[in-house]
Amino acid sequence: MENIIEKYLTQFRESTESLNGNSVSGIHKLRTNAIEKFHELGFPTTKNEDWKYTNVSVLNNFHFRKSPVQNLDKSLAEKYKIPGLDAELIVIVNGIFSHELSEISSQPDGVVIGSLKSAENDLLNAHLGKYSEINNGFTALNTALAGDGVLIYVPDNTVLKKTVHIIYLSGDDNLNALVQPRNLIIAGENSRLNIIETYHSIYGNETLLNSVTEIKCGRNSGVKLYRLQSENNQTFHINLTEAHLEEACNYSHYSVTLGGRLVRNDTNIVLDAENSTGNLYGLYLTEENQHVDNHTLIDHRKPHCQSNELYKGILSGKSHGVFNGKVFVRKDAQKTNAYQSNKAILLSDDAKIDTKPQLEIFADDVKCSHGAAIGQLDEQALFYLRSRGIDEANARKILLRAFANDVFEKIEDEVIHNWLNEIVTERLK
Amino acid sequence: MLKINDLFVSVEEKEILKGVSLEVNKGEVHAIMGPNGSGKSTLANVIAGKDGYEVTSGEIIYEGKDLLDMDPEERAREGVFLAFQYPVEIPGVSNATFLKTALNEIRKYRGEAELDSREFLQYMREKMKLIGIDESMLSRSVNQGFSGGEKKRNEIFQLQMLQPKLAVLDETDSGLDIDALKIVANGVNTFRSADNAVIVVTHYQRLLNYIIPDFVHVLVDGKIARSGGKELALELEEKGYEWVKEGEAV
Repeated sequence: MENIIEKYLTQFRESTESLNGNSVSGIHKLRTNAIEKFHELGFPTTKNEDWKYTNVSVLNNFHFRKSPVQNLDKSLAEKYKIPGLDAELIVIVNGIFSHELSEISSQPDGVVIGSLKSAENDLLNAHLGKYSEINNGFTALNTALAGDGVLIYVPDNTVLKKTVHIIYLSGDDNLNALVQPRNLIIAGENSRLNIIETYHSIYGNETLLNSVTEIKCGRNSGVKLYRLQSENNQTFHINLTEAHLEEACNYSHYSVTLGGRLVRNDTNIVLDAENSTGNLYGLYLTEENQHVDNHTLIDHRKPHCQSNELYKGILSGKSHGVFNGKVFVRKDAQKTNAYQSNKAILLSDDAKIDTKPQLEIFADDVKCSHGAAIGQLDEQALFYLRSRGIDEANARKILLRAFANDVFEKIEDEVIHNWLNEIVTERLK
Repeated sequence: MLKINDLFVSVEEKEILKGVSLEVNKGEVHAIMGPNGSGKSTLANVIAGKDGYEVTSGEIIYEGKDLLDMDPEERAREGVFLAFQYPVEIPGVSNATFLKTALNEIRKYRGEAELDSREFLQYMREKMKLIGIDESMLSRSVNQGFSGGEKKRNEIFQLQMLQPKLAVLDETDSGLDIDALKIVANGVNTFRSADNAVIVVTHYQRLLNYIIPDFVHVLVDGKIARSGGKELALELEEKGYEWVKEGEAV
C-alpha cells in the first residue's frame, strides 16, 4: 500500500515543473497541500462510512500514470458528437485539453471556453479549490496532479447560446492511464449556461479516471449540466462535481451512467443563498460485474430554497449499485422544500443494491420527503403487453424504458433528450 | 375455432378446473356463467396463456393448433384476445404507443404492412368514436389513473383495434354503470361477425341483455354443470346458482 502511494508521490515530484502555476503561486501551494493530504489519506477503504459499499482496493493492483500526449485522428471525436446539437465542442484526451480536436466558435467579450492550463492565474487563485473540499484521497490526488481540464467563464448578464459539449476520450494502449481532468465553471450573475459531458474509452487497458468539477453559479443564473458515462469495462471512474449556488439560481444536474467497471459519482449541491433551486436527476444501467455508486449531497444552508432529487437504476447480471443521498437542512434554512426519491429494478438474483437516504434536518419549518423502492419487473404488466402480441423481449424493453421515463421527462432540451433516449433504449436490448 | 377437451387446471397445487370441455365455432357467442370461485377466470387466463396455471391434463385446440404450446404473444398474433378482469396500469407507456406497437406486431405476423403514424392515427380515431373514447386518453399512460369503467372501455377499444378472431371477455361488466355497459356491449356487438367468436365470462345476467349469447354454460366447481340457450341465463337469474348445484346433486 505504502508502495503504491509512493508511486503517486514520485509522480508529483516529477511533474511539479510542468504543471501550471510556478512554485511561488497560490496554485502551487494548493497542489503541495493536496499531495500532503493524499499522502495522509491514501485511497479510501470500506472502513470509511462514505465508502462502506464501494471497495476501491482493486486500484492498488495497477500503476496508473500519466499518459503521453497522443495525436488522435479528428474522426475519432467526430463519432461522439451529438447529431443536431449546435455545440461548442471541447475534446479532452486523457485529461488534457486537445486544441486540435476542439471546435470553439468566437465568443462575446469576456466569455472564456478553454483549457484550464492556459487560464489566468487570478481567476484560478480566486476559484480553484474553493468549492470542493478535500475529504478523500481522490480529490486530493486530482488537486495535486491534474494537468489540465476545462475552464468555462460566463460573465454577468451573458447567455451562452450553444451548449458546451465536452468529450472525454480516455485510455492508453501501453500503460494504465491516470486521467485527471480538473474543471472550473463560473456562471456570472443573470447568466445562462448548458453543458454536456460525455465520457468514452479509446483503448482497452485499465484506466483510472479521477475528475473534479467545480461550479459556481452567480446570483440569478441558470446552469444545466448533463453527464453521460459510457466508458468500457476496464475503466474506474471517480468523479466529484460540486456546485455552489448564490441567490435565486437554478442548477440542474442530469447523470446517465451506462459504462465503467467501477463508477463513483459524488454529486454535491450547496444552496448557499436564498430562493435557489437545485435539481439532481440520475439514471444508471448496470450489467455483468459493474459497480456504480451514486453519492449525492444537497446542502441547504439558507432559507427558501428547493431541491428535487430523483435517481433510478436498472441492474442486471452480478452488478452492484449504491445510492447514498444526503440532504442537510441547516438551522438557518427555514422554509426549505427538499424531495428525494430513488428507485431500482433488479433484473437478476445476483444483482444487488445498497441504498441509504440520509436526511439531517436542523430547521423546524421545512418540507422534506424521501422515498426508496427496490423491485422487480412487473410480471402483470409484462403479461398484459404480451397478451396484446408484443414479444417478451420487446415488452421488457418497453417496461424498463417506462421505468426510466420520469427521469427523461426532466430533460427539457429536445435534442439531448432524444439522443439520450436512443442510447438508453439501445442499451436496454 | 376453439375446442377444449377435458381440461384440468391447478393453481398452486389446488385443482380449479376439473374436466372442462367446450366447443366454440365461428360466428358464435358463448356465455360462461357461474358463482365466484367456480373457475371462470381461470379458464379465461389459461386461454390467454397467463403464468401460474398448470394444465394437468386435457387440451385446447385453436384453429387446429395446440394453443397450450404457444407463448401469450403468439396466441395474440394468432387472433386470441383477453379483455382483462383487472386491466393492468403501466406508468410511462402511453396508450397510443402501446397500441401501435401491438397492432404492428400483429400485422407483421399476419404478413400485412405495418401502419405508419398517420395511418395508425386515422384508424385509431375511427375506433375511438365507436367506443366513445376521448383523444386525451391516448397520450395518457396505459390505464393509469383510469376509473374502473374507463379501464373496461379501454379493453373493448383494444378489442376493436386489434380485431382478433377469438375474444374472451373476463367480467367485463363488473364495475360498469348502465351507460358504460351499453357502450361496452355496443363495442362487442359491432365486433361480432360470422368470422369471429366471443366468449363472455360473467357472474351476472345483465350484460347478456345487451350481448345476446347463442349458448350459455354454467360453470360450477370447475365443471360445466349445465349448457343451454340464452334463456338459461334468465332462468339462472331467477333461480340462482344454488338451483344448478342442487340439480347437479340429484
